[in-house]
Amino acid sequence: MHEKLIFEHSAPGRSADAQYPRVPVEAPVPAALRRASPPLLPEVSELQAVRHFTRLSQLNFSIDTHFYPLGSCTMKYNPKACNQYAMLPEFINRHPLAPESTGQGILQILCELQDMLKEVTGMRGVSLTPMAGAQGEFAGVAMIRAYYKARKDFARIEIIVPDAAHGTNPATATMCGCTVKEIPTLPNGDIDLDSLQAAVGPQTAGIMLTNPSTIGVFERHIDDLRRIVHEAGGLLYYDGANLNAILGKVRPGDMGFDVIHMNLHKTFSTPHGGGGPGSGAVGVSERLLPFLPVPIVGRESDRYRWLDEKDLPQTIGRLSNFMGNTGVLLRAYIYMRMLGRDGMQRVSEFATLNSNYLAARLRVAGFELAYPERRASHEFIVTLRHEAHEWGTNAMDFAKRLLDYGFHAPTTYFPLLVPECLLIEPTETESKEELDAFVDAMIAIRHEAETEPDKLKGAPWTLPVRRLDDVRAAKQLDLTWKAA
Amino acid sequence: MSNIPADLRFQKSHEWARLEADGTITIGISDHAQQALGDLVFVEAPEAGRHVNAGEAAAVVESVKAASDVYSPVSGEVVAGNADLGGQPELINQDPYGAGWIMRVRPDDKTQFASMLDAKAYAAALAAETH
Amino acid sequence: MPFIPHTEDDIRTMLEAIGAPDIDALFEEIPANLRAPGLPGVPPALNEMEVGRLMADFATRDGRPLNFIGAGAYEHHIPSAVWSIVTRGEFYSAYTPYQAEASQGTLQLLYEYQTMMASLTALDISNASLYDGASGLAEACLMAVRANRKSKSQRILLPVALNPTYRDVVQVIAGNQNIAFELLPYDQKGGQTLVSALDQYTGQDITAVALQQPNFFGTLEDVDAATDWAHANNALMIGVVNPTSLAVLKPPGQWGKLGADIAIGDGQPLGVPLSSGGPYFGFMATRKEHVRQMPGRIIGRTLDLDGKSGFTLTLQAREQHIRRAKATSNICTNQGLLVTAATIYMSLLGAKGLAQVAATSMQRTQQLVDALTRVPGVRLAFDRPRFHEAVLLLDRPVKPVLESLARRGIIGGADISARFPSLGAALLVCATETRTLADIDTYAQALTETMRNSAAAA
Repeated sequence: MHEKLIFEHSAPGRSADAQYPRVPVEAPVPAALRRASPPLLPEVSELQAVRHFTRLSQLNFSIDTHFYPLGSCTMKYNPKACNQYAMLPEFINRHPLAPESTGQGILQILCELQDMLKEVTGMRGVSLTPMAGAQGEFAGVAMIRAYYKARKDFARIEIIVPDAAHGTNPATATMCGCTVKEIPTLPNGDIDLDSLQAAVGPQTAGIMLTNPSTIGVFERHIDDLRRIVHEAGGLLYYDGANLNAILGKVRPGDMGFDVIHMNLHKTFSTPHGGGGPGSGAVGVSERLLPFLPVPIVGRESDRYRWLDEKDLPQTIGRLSNFMGNTGVLLRAYIYMRMLGRDGMQRVSEFATLNSNYLAARLRVAGFELAYPERRASHEFIVTLRHEAHEWGTNAMDFAKRLLDYGFHAPTTYFPLLVPECLLIEPTETESKEELDAFVDAMIAIRHEAETEPDKLKGAPWTLPVRRLDDVRAAKQLDLTWKAA
Repeated sequence: MSNIPADLRFQKSHEWARLEADGTITIGISDHAQQALGDLVFVEAPEAGRHVNAGEAAAVVESVKAASDVYSPVSGEVVAGNADLGGQPELINQDPYGAGWIMRVRPDDKTQFASMLDAKAYAAALAAETH
Repeated sequence: MPFIPHTEDDIRTMLEAIGAPDIDALFEEIPANLRAPGLPGVPPALNEMEVGRLMADFATRDGRPLNFIGAGAYEHHIPSAVWSIVTRGEFYSAYTPYQAEASQGTLQLLYEYQTMMASLTALDISNASLYDGASGLAEACLMAVRANRKSKSQRILLPVALNPTYRDVVQVIAGNQNIAFELLPYDQKGGQTLVSALDQYTGQDITAVALQQPNFFGTLEDVDAATDWAHANNALMIGVVNPTSLAVLKPPGQWGKLGADIAIGDGQPLGVPLSSGGPYFGFMATRKEHVRQMPGRIIGRTLDLDGKSGFTLTLQAREQHIRRAKATSNICTNQGLLVTAATIYMSLLGAKGLAQVAATSMQRTQQLVDALTRVPGVRLAFDRPRFHEAVLLLDRPVKPVLESLARRGIIGGADISARFPSLGAALLVCATETRTLADIDTYAQALTETMRNSAAAA
């Protein structure tokens, strides 16, 4: 299947006139500031545009069409109600700077969302403004820095990051003007506490931790870890990437974390949208409350209003032009109200059940688990090092062949410390039948690897394109279309 | 197995260096490094005239899966960057010790070159890294 | 169980396969002292019917007032086709296109988007989007520091007439990187940034100069002179632009003799609803030579194993998941879904339609200014040519006036008095093509009555 570029559907003089203002007028722009020639935008009919973009959509895998066990991304079902009710005309046509008196409904929603997120994380305060997980991380580390600056403890600029951490953790620390120290993970998946003890000191600003970690296991010595970092005067940062695994079971606040970011597009089922918008709300413990990014919704008796720099003079400030990705927040709110207090606990229970079931079945089928002696969390790692060594079929080959079988590939080659790895996260919304079908596909592919390895190395065969030449893409940059 | 010419000096971070007759030092990345990076797609070599310190990131090599800094083993003034790499980064893959050289530096201090690893020590360091 | 498909039978079979007595046993590695007793603070579940009713009640309470605010977010007509396609599950519920072969729809669309934005800004290349315009400017400043090798000072000049929240956000995001931001004043009569204020920096090491076109007041800036000054002084020029305006205004790539180096802005006007503040998206375009300094996702066209053309993420080595602490930015996501909307929007409007939207918005704003300045106690702040916003000065505090208008169902503009105290009681208004002459009339009448019923400042 192939779809031409929208520009190749274009013909001079064609247009979708129903979308234009009715009466043409000339723009009264002074000559020196006027645009000389029109931009290269398509000239197509409405039907041509609709057909083109609908066809493009059909070239995608998505949760609505395929099982998407992408580790660390929590690709669960996005309930249709969340979109439907977040798109009510009153919400989507509301200007963010309209007076608070005309937005008491939406402010109440956001305030209740803050409260629910406080409850599920065990934190004292929440700000909804970060527009993505990485911005939430940024806000978190920036708050840690602001905290030490306020205490005039200027030496604390080092952030400790486990070697298995997401790449955003060190990138964020750098953006906040911190230095990064990596510490190793033990062969059993826990953090090496001796290395941590040796790493902390008067320069330690904090540690950034994902728990369960990116290798899919719960850090069992979290109490000791907290003690080491807090005794050294550092703070604990919780990367909420894997919050789905523990929702309602254990709260980051109770584990002693001082700051947390959540990925609402993971745990709270807002859409991934082909790569955004995300939403990275942050939560903090008592001592970081004054530094939360603004604006935050406050309640005064039965009125709601925005709290800003005047209310939080020590805030780290603003991260967006208005108040973050409100439309995403509405979707998360609706999702949380539909789950309720019991449904939220079921999320982690069934995400974990699915993950452990899939791990158990794959192990029985002959696949090697990276951490077989550990209980899987909501995700787990298969290492294909034997398959790579014996048949020359690596993790990428398995991933591409899975596409032919109608499954989106798991996360490959992350975390970096496990060779030839697939990080598999089924989420709670998948049925046993779907998981069984995935296992069947993995078994079939393994058989192909042994008998017809070229079937894997050449995969995918049945998708709109075959494997793409990344080297050519990066060397002969073709980033925009030009008329022939 | 990667090629480690006996007449070159090395750093643990996989740069090689050669002392030229005119006293300048030619620097590139080792065969092992180019293999680990895979097909290179971009190289940013330093401009002549720039002063670099030993241990400073002086160039960047980039493949589709990784970008890596190239650390100068010596302090000194860059006398030339390899301009051919701009259009042909693959020269490093094809000939890491020859046409794939990255920069030439006039060292401030000749002892820095002398204190680099020799081929044997680099081979030992590589062996240690892979175990 | 909402959104969980398991039957009792499934659960039993799965636990047997795992070898666990019950689901709770799966959490045995969590220390017992940390286990939460439940979530009493979260309300019980609602079904879809109940949640639909709840949301409708909230929405009804907020109503649908007539809006005359811009200030960085603009109410434009959005063709029905846009969101009907955007919310298709294949776009809505897909992830970042890491598996290129399974994401050709999203990738091709992003390539088309990059082409449109590069052309709209008249620059070589565009990324696949950033979070919003404000954070986009912060990223542009960080990028300028990386890209301008001639400059060592990390000094960037920003206009006072820039959207003040953009300045706040830039300070927060780039503030830990030792960049010095210095301010360029504006002309009190015209509202445009004083290019003559650049003279005091001539010959100094300046990393970049940013200018917003149109600026926060809606006034058109002398972009050519500022761009030429920047280049004459080895500084990079950053253009902060409104994408709708680029259909009729000179694009950043053509500013001055050489063109701006980086263009950024908020893409919201291109088919993204106001949505109470977001999600919007930021766009960024630049010259080819700076491509490796550009943050965010970039899509390239290449060939597959059979020699057929296809699309893939490229230049990923710049990004956080590979470069970690040395990445160009910590940014991971773009705003894919909003870019999908913008691409469909631009396809439907085309260059001609977008120019009509821009021209009609300019006309409407002029009509609004004419109508409102006839109201006693209201005058126009600046006399220079503008795009589709204007600052009005009132003879009394703005806030009570806006509250009174809101009670009449009119959102009368943004009160910018606190951010620009030297202006006095200042109101920033906007009328796009979506406002009719009758709407403008309604506003003018309501304002007349409001002003009549409240006292002028002493």
